[in-house]
Amino acid sequence: MNRDMERYKQFSRRALLIGAGQTALFTILGLRLGYLEVVEQEKFQTLSDKNRISFRLVPAGRGEIMDRFGVPLAINTPNFRAFLVPEQTNNIEDTLDRLSRIIPVTEDDKQAVLVEVDRHKPFTPLLVKENLSWDDMAAIELRLPSLPGVSVDEGEIRSYPLGDATAHTIGYVGRVSEAEMTDDPVMSIPGFRIGKTGVEKKFDAVLRGQAGRIQEEVNVVGRPVRELGRVDPKKGHRLTLTLDADLQMQVQEMLSHQRSAAAVAMDALTGEVYALCSYPSFDPNLFSRGIPADTWEELLADETAPLTDKAVTGQYPPGSTFKMVTAMAAMASGVSADTRVFCPGYYMLGKDKFHCWKHAGHGSMGFTEAIEQSCDVFFYEMGKRTGIDNIAAMARRFGLGHRLDFDVPGERGGLIPDKKWKMKHYRDIWHMGETLNCAIGQGYVLTTPLQLATMTARLVGGGKAVRPVLVRSIEDVGNQIPEWDDLKLDPAALRIVRKGMEMVVNGPHGTARGSRITHEGWEMGGKSGTAQVRRITAAQRAAGVKNKDLPWKFRHHALFVAYAPVHKPRYVTAVVVEHGVGGSETAAPIAHDILEALQKRDPRRIHTVDEAVDAAGNLVDIPPLPPKRPGSKTGAEKPPRRKKGSQG
Amino acid sequence: MSTLSRDRLSLGEKLLSVSWPFVMLITMVACVGFVSLYSAAGGHVEPWAGKQAIRFVIGLAGMIVVSVIDIRWWMRLAYPIFIAVILSLVFVDIKGHIGMGAQRWISIAGLQLQPSEIMKIAIVLALARFFHGATAEDVKNPLFLVMPLGLLAVPVGLVLAQPDLGTAIMLISVAGGMFFIAGVSYWMFGVVIAGGLAMLPVAWHFMHDYQRQRVMIFLNPESDPLGAGYHITQSKIALGSGGVFGKGFLHGTQSHLNFLPEKQTDFIFTLFTEEWGLVGGLALLALFAVIIVYGYFMAFNCQNQFGRLLSTGIIINFSLYIFINIGMVMGLLPVVGVPLPMSSHGGTAMLSVLFGFGLLMSAHVHRDVKVTRRGFDMA
Repeated sequence: MNRDMERYKQFSRRALLIGAGQTALFTILGLRLGYLEVVEQEKFQTLSDKNRISFRLVPAGRGEIMDRFGVPLAINTPNFRAFLVPEQTNNIEDTLDRLSRIIPVTEDDKQAVLVEVDRHKPFTPLLVKENLSWDDMAAIELRLPSLPGVSVDEGEIRSYPLGDATAHTIGYVGRVSEAEMTDDPVMSIPGFRIGKTGVEKKFDAVLRGQAGRIQEEVNVVGRPVRELGRVDPKKGHRLTLTLDADLQMQVQEMLSHQRSAAAVAMDALTGEVYALCSYPSFDPNLFSRGIPADTWEELLADETAPLTDKAVTGQYPPGSTFKMVTAMAAMASGVSADTRVFCPGYYMLGKDKFHCWKHAGHGSMGFTEAIEQSCDVFFYEMGKRTGIDNIAAMARRFGLGHRLDFDVPGERGGLIPDKKWKMKHYRDIWHMGETLNCAIGQGYVLTTPLQLATMTARLVGGGKAVRPVLVRSIEDVGNQIPEWDDLKLDPAALRIVRKGMEMVVNGPHGTARGSRITHEGWEMGGKSGTAQVRRITAAQRAAGVKNKDLPWKFRHHALFVAYAPVHKPRYVTAVVVEHGVGGSETAAPIAHDILEALQKRDPRRIHTVDEAVDAAGNLVDIPPLPPKRPGSKTGAEKPPRRKKGSQG
Repeated sequence: MSTLSRDRLSLGEKLLSVSWPFVMLITMVACVGFVSLYSAAGGHVEPWAGKQAIRFVIGLAGMIVVSVIDIRWWMRLAYPIFIAVILSLVFVDIKGHIGMGAQRWISIAGLQLQPSEIMKIAIVLALARFFHGATAEDVKNPLFLVMPLGLLAVPVGLVLAQPDLGTAIMLISVAGGMFFIAGVSYWMFGVVIAGGLAMLPVAWHFMHDYQRQRVMIFLNPESDPLGAGYHITQSKIALGSGGVFGKGFLHGTQSHLNFLPEKQTDFIFTLFTEEWGLVGGLALLALFAVIIVYGYFMAFNCQNQFGRLLSTGIIINFSLYIFINIGMVMGLLPVVGVPLPMSSHGGTAMLSVLFGFGLLMSAHVHRDVKVTRRGFDMA
């Protein structure tokens, strides 16, 4: 008994020790539990929500792009697509085989789906085929019971009804590239497309809209269990451009008779661009659907550069179209408006001989005649008297030599040289001979068709600092056409220059007489230009080689700037025909056609497409409209603000 | 003397002396399990809660039967039971070897049993049997301890071969506790612990990759939140997001959305505290504590060494389940695969624990029975 008592005592001691240990461990468990559920509760709550709540993005419809009358230029058309949900079919290949008997599913398509199967959760719908026809859709829907796991839906694809006529200006959309990736989560939606060029790119943020979000509770494999909330997507804003779709197509057609050309038609007072064309072009619809590689290669290899927007990015020496700037600069720097210069057919600068295009000489020339007959000698003399820096300063006031903040990306600024520029780029002083070349728009001077149109607008539109505008209004944002400041040019000098331009087309000795508009009240004025690409060598000249006999890519560029009507200038245009040889011969007829078409349509006076033409397609005469017309066909869009009395 | 009257009790008297409050406590813990399993199935009795309840009722009946069987019979059966479980462990190991993979199950009459779970009780029985007859001097003799160490080493080796690290740790810990209670000198523990620590690198060498990985991930669970550390991280998120009052019954988002793996077995405590919060978790811990204290009360009341050792072994075993499981789901211990007694879904663990409690109560019912040194001479 004694022995057992001793054992009992020892047992008690040791059992109490173990009990103490267990108490300590229980306390640790309790404290740990309290720590996790009280101190760290917030952190784990957040993690828990992140765990179970997932956001799914719903793409927003892209805003449409319309012309000034509401004619669609870029719209979203249904894209019928067929999907396959792997977990809903027992045999994926068998289902695809059956599907291929209804719609054309190639072996490649099948392989692509089979590859995707392993990359996604079994409940993720995989795209089998898109851009299906309505008939294909109907055929699939009819046979759905025998196609387990197949579903169809109606997505959206961007389409451009005017095709190649607006390809450069509107641009196109395409899949997001690595470089374009931003923080915007919408970018990661499969199949999301972003503006790649043109207005689509520049206004992508406006057009894109805001993606909707669906907040879902998901389980561990990411399968949605139930919807917790949703924010509906907000469609992108609709853009209304200043373009006139009909005119755009007409101008594109006019250019198509040349090998490579560009043209701009705009409003001299407001800067609204009515047509902006570059030829040759391409079909932007190919790009939004995914362009075949060989087509892409072909476009890239073409020497006429169909992918380039020559109206905005093409830089050409302005040639004689620059003479108005030289004239303005001369008069502004003190040369008398009555100044006369005798042209013997050449001009001597020291020992160097500068030719006039007319070797026989023009005789005695004043500003108006010199512009009318494009006398080089007169402007050599003006250049010498004015100096390059004054000419450059005046050129800049006319919108040359810098970008115009235009609504199409990739715009180029051209080049207006001066002494400082030459020192910086050539580490050399300026020579007078270079001034003479620049004075007639050759040498270093480079301009874009858009700049030439702007220059003309500033010359004939009353000296306002007009810039070209392509977007007329943005839905929910409003009018995008600003009021323009005054350039503070000498009105008398402007009158002289305009008179000269009027004479170019209508004068007895005018270089572009052949392109007169004979319709009374629609007469146009203008100025031709020929930009040297390669100088004809002395040897070639001696052999009687003319520029037009050279290979196409060495021929001169033909330019023409014009405005109409001469009595109250409203519309201006600039046309460049690449390697078209002579401005008056090649470019002036196009400018004539554009201004005639413009005045026939007179887009300033019509506000909706229905008003534009009558049943026979003729212009309908409509009085000016009040500023806002509720319920008009163009929707909420406001007509641009206009100064009273600027019309007609 | 009352001891004489306790020597031969009728069945009715035995049933009366079964400590019914203890049975109540056990039932309460089981109910926590049913509620949690019901929630784990998304508010359904199937597939877990119903089966668990049936198993519990059967197990509870078995526990009462065990508790009325004379303690001396259990003492006689200690070694045969131990040997039988050893044999079934060998059988399972061989079967697993042939079947090329971890194999812990044995099928008896359609029931799937896990011999390693039963071994946790069998080792307690065997060691209680062994130390019952030992004098204080015997216990101080290192040579005397060779036999019980052998009793421990065989099942530990077999369990490790499965491989089942969790059970091996539990067997060693329970046995250690019993050695301690039996009066083994402190210095011997010192030697064994020092030796054990020295053996750690060797053990590391023999560990399976997945076991090493578990240890590494235990040390830094965030290092692999979607891989093997996933269990611990998700368990902590579920537990921690419960807060003081929990998310409410059937509203534990982590568990219901399957972020929590094995929620019905090893991680049942996580599911319970996500829904019932700190309050529920502490209440469950308190319930466990009361059971343990009650167990000690019964152990101290035993008039024989076998009953005391057996009772204390059962209690230690029970508390180890709790420490390891709850410590594991709260990120205090590596994930070793030890269920929460009475709550986790799983038959053998519940039967094993109930069998243990049956023995504990048998020791209590027969607390005044005289047990001779060998235990065989029932008058």
